[in-house]
Amino acid sequence: METMVNGIEHSRERWRYLDYFLNKPGPTSDPEWLPGEQTINSLETSKVLVIGAGGLGCEILKNLALSGFKDIHVIDMDTIDVSNLNRQFLFREADVGKSKAECAAAFVEKRVKGVKITPFNGKIQDKDEDYYMQFKMIICGLDSIEARRWINATLVGMVDTENPESLKPLIDGGTEGFKGQSRVILPTMNSCIECQLDMHTPRAAVPLCTLATIPRQPAHCIEWAHIIAWEEHRKDDILDTDDPEHITWLYQKALARAQEFNIPGVTYSMTQGVVKNIIPAIASTNAIIAASCCNEAFKIATSCNPWLQNYMMYSGDDGVYTYTFETEQKEDCPVCGNLAKSLTVNPNMTLQEFIDSLGERAEAQLMKPTLRTEEKSLYSQFPASLREQTAPNLEKRLSELVENGEEIGISDPAFAIAFKYKLIFSS
Amino acid sequence: MLKIWSMKQQQQKDANAESAAGTKKKKVTAAQLRVQKDLAELEGTLGKTMKTSFPDPNDILNFILTIEPDEGMYKGGSFHFNFAINQNFPHDPPKVKCTQKIYHPNIDLEGNVCLNILREDWKPVLNLNAVIVGLQFLFLEPNASDPLNKEAAEDLRSNREGFKRNVRTSMSGGAVKNEQYERVIGR
Repeated sequence: METMVNGIEHSRERWRYLDYFLNKPGPTSDPEWLPGEQTINSLETSKVLVIGAGGLGCEILKNLALSGFKDIHVIDMDTIDVSNLNRQFLFREADVGKSKAECAAAFVEKRVKGVKITPFNGKIQDKDEDYYMQFKMIICGLDSIEARRWINATLVGMVDTENPESLKPLIDGGTEGFKGQSRVILPTMNSCIECQLDMHTPRAAVPLCTLATIPRQPAHCIEWAHIIAWEEHRKDDILDTDDPEHITWLYQKALARAQEFNIPGVTYSMTQGVVKNIIPAIASTNAIIAASCCNEAFKIATSCNPWLQNYMMYSGDDGVYTYTFETEQKEDCPVCGNLAKSLTVNPNMTLQEFIDSLGERAEAQLMKPTLRTEEKSLYSQFPASLREQTAPNLEKRLSELVENGEEIGISDPAFAIAFKYKLIFSS
Repeated sequence: MLKIWSMKQQQQKDANAESAAGTKKKKVTAAQLRVQKDLAELEGTLGKTMKTSFPDPNDILNFILTIEPDEGMYKGGSFHFNFAINQNFPHDPPKVKCTQKIYHPNIDLEGNVCLNILREDWKPVLNLNAVIVGLQFLFLEPNASDPLNKEAAEDLRSNREGFKRNVRTSMSGGAVKNEQYERVIGR
């Protein structure tokens, strides 16, 4: 079957091998799964979001486009640096300084006919739930835990039991040198990023006194310039690790200190690496992890084969070792352990009356609750100073403190978990 | 995708959970919930020698801890530490700085503190309580082997009595080795 749309020849011939998996069931496909046109259509109409257009992101975008996804969006807030060019193969020297999302999108669109890639040059936090709601799933190639936690909490918070499409699978890839991981998160249904927070490698840090007194390595001198010298001399400037003048200043300070202690090896690019906490990236590890993430995206979008449950670790440090296991949901996870429940309240009730009513609720006999919204501390039992500062709120009506539909978080020394309620005002 | 949605519906039926309709309003963050919990656990730790104050009571991620040791060489002083916690807590440790210029082997003149759990030994399972106990301990047992203020550490190591006198001098706002310190004697 060949058709012409907008002058572009659309043929399934290109996807012949892919179609082996989509046109007939295999030994591991679900017995209820229907192969064929409907499945292919589901793949082609799946709008997916890629977060990050860096080392992993370039691979992910390329793989998705070559796996038959046709409607891909990509977000990245970064611009292209010359040091990216060795592995971020969608960028060329002439692109240095330009937006990663925009360049990556343009390159893949040009290379793979028929795919539409919509870039957004900005932060994931710039977008709201309405934006994320339009996607079928989200594939992350991020280098920051903070960004992962943000998107995870957002996706968990979006799950609406009345609307199954509000559940957006999150496929998360990550690499560090020869090591990597991919995981499939079905928000609220299985272990989320917050549940697995303790599993992340902590950032390697050197004791402050070593930096201050006996540096032994060039990185110690750079950290000293970063943490101690900057504070001492340029307290009022906010350090911008993307500002060449700032990096040059740190480099010179670090170099002088290294000379004082006879430590060779401090360079400008090393300064940049230490200050920006750049983790050595290996192109092939990115390729392995991105491949795994995109296969999962393909399987989820088409249901052709079972997907990863739910964590795959890859280690190439010592030979090759890979292991897949199922991480469990944490009961006291602050994000998915206790989803916000709707609670209808009389807006004229005082905060004190509301707290008293919480003590009577069967599921949570809260004796000493501390309550807050994202913006306000409503009432804190402890420390004493905060209790005094928030006590006047007890006499206020709920309508003066919270908006209709706002979420409150309640913790109580008697419970390890926090309770979340969405307060709905009764009319 | 359809498979996941039907699984979710099934899970929902099984759990018979209440509806959690989406909202565009800002939600309490994981960092805030964790800090709220950590603060509640401070009861009993702070005791008479420590207190917290919140310049903006709505912002529990930024506060000041005051330590007033009732024993040891720093007895009678009132030491202020600024706690700045980011949204990546507890993956990231709290940033803690002494806001006064004090004479202490493990605290430099800019207020940086050398406490292992604030940097290299921080783990997300640790809490604010651990940090606060650690800070309190620095005033009871200043440690010459992890120096940030090299002169003070050297004084402590070589001449404990002289170090004690220097502590008293510095705490009342005097100068030690040509370095003027801030008066920190409790009012």
